[in-house]
Amino acid sequence: MTPILQLRSLGKSFVTGNHTVQALTNITLDVAQGECLAIVGESGSGKSTLANLVLGLITPSTGEILFEGAILPVRRTLPHRQAIQLVQQNPASALNPRRSVGASLRLALDVHGIGTPRERPDLVAQLLTDVGLPAAYASRAPAALSGGQRQRIAIARALACQSRLVVLDEPTSALDVLVQAQVLHLLDRLRRARGLTYLFITHDLGVVRNIATRVAVFSKGRMVELAETGALFTAPGDPYTRRLISAVPVITKEEKIMRNTLGGLQ
Amino acid sequence: MSTLDIRNLHLSFKLHSGLVHVLHGISLSVAKGERVALVGESGSGKSVTARIVLGLLQELRGARITGHVAFQGQDLSALSPRARHALRGTAMSMIFQDPTSSLNPVYRIAPQFREVLARATPGISMEAARARATTLLDEVAITEPARVLDSYPFQLSGGMNQRVMIAMALANRPALLLADEPGTALDVTVQAQTLDLMRDLVAQHGTSVLFISHNLGVVREFADRTCVIYKGRIVESGPTEAVFEAPGHPYTRALMAAQPRITGGGLPEIAEADSRFLASAVIHGGLA
Amino acid sequence: MIRSLRILSANPLSLVGLALVGLVILAAAFADFLAPFPEHRGAVVDFVNFNKPPDGTYFMGTDLVGRDMFSRILYAYRISLLLGVVVLAVAVPVGVTLGLMAGYLGGWWEYALMRITDVFLSIPPLVLAIAIMGVLQPTLLNGMLAVTAMWWPWYTRLVYNITRGEKVEGYVLAAEVIGASRAHVMFREILPNAVPAIVTKMTLDFGFVILIVSSLSFLGLGVQPPTPDLGSMVAEGARYLPDSWWLAVFPGLAILIAVFGFNLIGDGLRDILGPDR
Repeated sequence: MTPILQLRSLGKSFVTGNHTVQALTNITLDVAQGECLAIVGESGSGKSTLANLVLGLITPSTGEILFEGAILPVRRTLPHRQAIQLVQQNPASALNPRRSVGASLRLALDVHGIGTPRERPDLVAQLLTDVGLPAAYASRAPAALSGGQRQRIAIARALACQSRLVVLDEPTSALDVLVQAQVLHLLDRLRRARGLTYLFITHDLGVVRNIATRVAVFSKGRMVELAETGALFTAPGDPYTRRLISAVPVITKEEKIMRNTLGGLQ
Repeated sequence: MSTLDIRNLHLSFKLHSGLVHVLHGISLSVAKGERVALVGESGSGKSVTARIVLGLLQELRGARITGHVAFQGQDLSALSPRARHALRGTAMSMIFQDPTSSLNPVYRIAPQFREVLARATPGISMEAARARATTLLDEVAITEPARVLDSYPFQLSGGMNQRVMIAMALANRPALLLADEPGTALDVTVQAQTLDLMRDLVAQHGTSVLFISHNLGVVREFADRTCVIYKGRIVESGPTEAVFEAPGHPYTRALMAAQPRITGGGLPEIAEADSRFLASAVIHGGLA
Repeated sequence: MIRSLRILSANPLSLVGLALVGLVILAAAFADFLAPFPEHRGAVVDFVNFNKPPDGTYFMGTDLVGRDMFSRILYAYRISLLLGVVVLAVAVPVGVTLGLMAGYLGGWWEYALMRITDVFLSIPPLVLAIAIMGVLQPTLLNGMLAVTAMWWPWYTRLVYNITRGEKVEGYVLAAEVIGASRAHVMFREILPNAVPAIVTKMTLDFGFVILIVSSLSFLGLGVQPPTPDLGSMVAEGARYLPDSWWLAVFPGLAILIAVFGFNLIGDGLRDILGPDR
């Protein structure tokens, strides 16, 4: 089956003033339909640039991106916009503070003509229930919701578009531990139930271990390792990956043992 | 005599809509040279506790504080505002979550250092301040102190700024260091280095630390004792190892279970709020 | 509504403002009923009762041709409010739209629009109005035109700055990723977030419009006799201070009440509409 997303020798450089920053170099990667591919890296690794390229917010300097077998044009069309959506890191700013959350969800339905105008309020109610919120929340303002609840709305917005590929840029980094657990659980459940594909960008290796099917490790704009999740953690190939795993502050003895074992391999 | 002793601290805010209770009788203490973590989620009251210790919250209109806070045996509420102000930056200091934004962006590092040093040595000259700062920056493993002193915060990396902030906080050899989510804004490798550094320095100088965090892993690595705070109440406290290996309180257990492990184990379904979280506190090994 | 009143009552000055503005509006609306001598708003002369100090019949005295000052002030409020509404009704939509476009579309749009705005802003407002009036016939309509022409750039600058700030927020990004049109993003996403600042400025401006028109009239360039205008009245009366003090003082106070009232309300509005993030 054709991979849903194919990156071919993708590169991006930014020119500021008189120097050039090479944000991404020669990235070739396939994303299979229905998988959760984690993109892991520290700041400067290029993971945000990758997200922006996939979303069509910036254009590649070199290489190309194929979605469902066809090259993505520089100017995205509405069907492209529908198929690829985004869940951002900061739930506070992701929703328009002066519109109700229902209106923000409605926008997605209106732009892509999903359902008839009559049906849309019911669709909004359904979306809220799908992400575990009461349908009555549709009339609430974002300020009246907690961070976790806002993030659920952001997820509902991606679902509203009936997207097939969701780019998640640090979706739980700004959330508390218990809330994060809930949102991760929700994301996992939705992916399996609806056959969604996730491009999950994060720096949190604990999250990666439990939600991703495959992991791509980025460092300074290059992809240094790509492996199945289990394999990456039990036998990481690249020294940078080992260094990343060794640096994670962990809470259980088992994790400590694992970390020290890997650290010893350096 | 413990460095910091908090007994039955209550905090409420009077707003338009009524009285909002934030802290419901917090008690904790930090012995000399001890590193105590206050762990909780947002809204638990952990950050306001630190600000009360520093005396930063008392000036807020509408803040109602009762309870006992003693620093090195001295009751802080008995001090005049001026005396309290004198403690800040000298005997007590604080480091914050985001190092780059906590430093003044329009001044270079050197004048900011001098400002800090002047708290203990009023009227210190620029040359003396620079010399002292160079020694301090060396302690935090900064190899080019002169370059750093002449830079603006935005010219330095997050990790570098965090180390500068630690150096500044420890400059006047405080008895108590308050750290609000240190390292959270940093990459994980840099965070690990920073924590190691902090641990070494405070051990070296015998500084007591009250460490506020929502990151369980960081707490496990760094703290001698852990206090878990939920909705303004301490629900569990004790030596870190005891609390983490055998958590007694339902809330602590939920926090541990919710933390994704690098060894795997899947994504458990955890309730965000549970009536069991309001169970009475679990204290390991008696009150310190 | 109740929340708004509660916020206003926490700030007693804005209640004062509300009261003053209420008075002005009532005076303007019901001038026909409140004025003891309604016909005095026109070209009436009464050389028996001219230049009289305030007394039982003429609460604020009479002017140099014998017209009742109080009646004329009431009608003058009507003109002032009308001018304020018309000027803002034209200047604000134009200014806001240009500001949104310059801020969001960027590129040539931003460059061209903001340079034009800068040109207008660099000329002192009154000077610009005088210049325009110098070219056109001094009628009420032209007066409104002149004031409108100098007013819109302030809104453009305000909304431009707000738009540039909001443009990088997550919800704008989300709308763009969803595929919303640029018009939607500007008017349905960004504009609602600029509304508190715009409305607050409009209330403050009301007072200023009145002041500017009064200044123009003072210089003889605005409203023409016999239509009553507070500024003209102050101009005529100023020459006779301190003897016939009522000729200048009452219209002056009337201007003060209106401007002050609107200013105080503006502050209260800012609190009500303020940040709800």
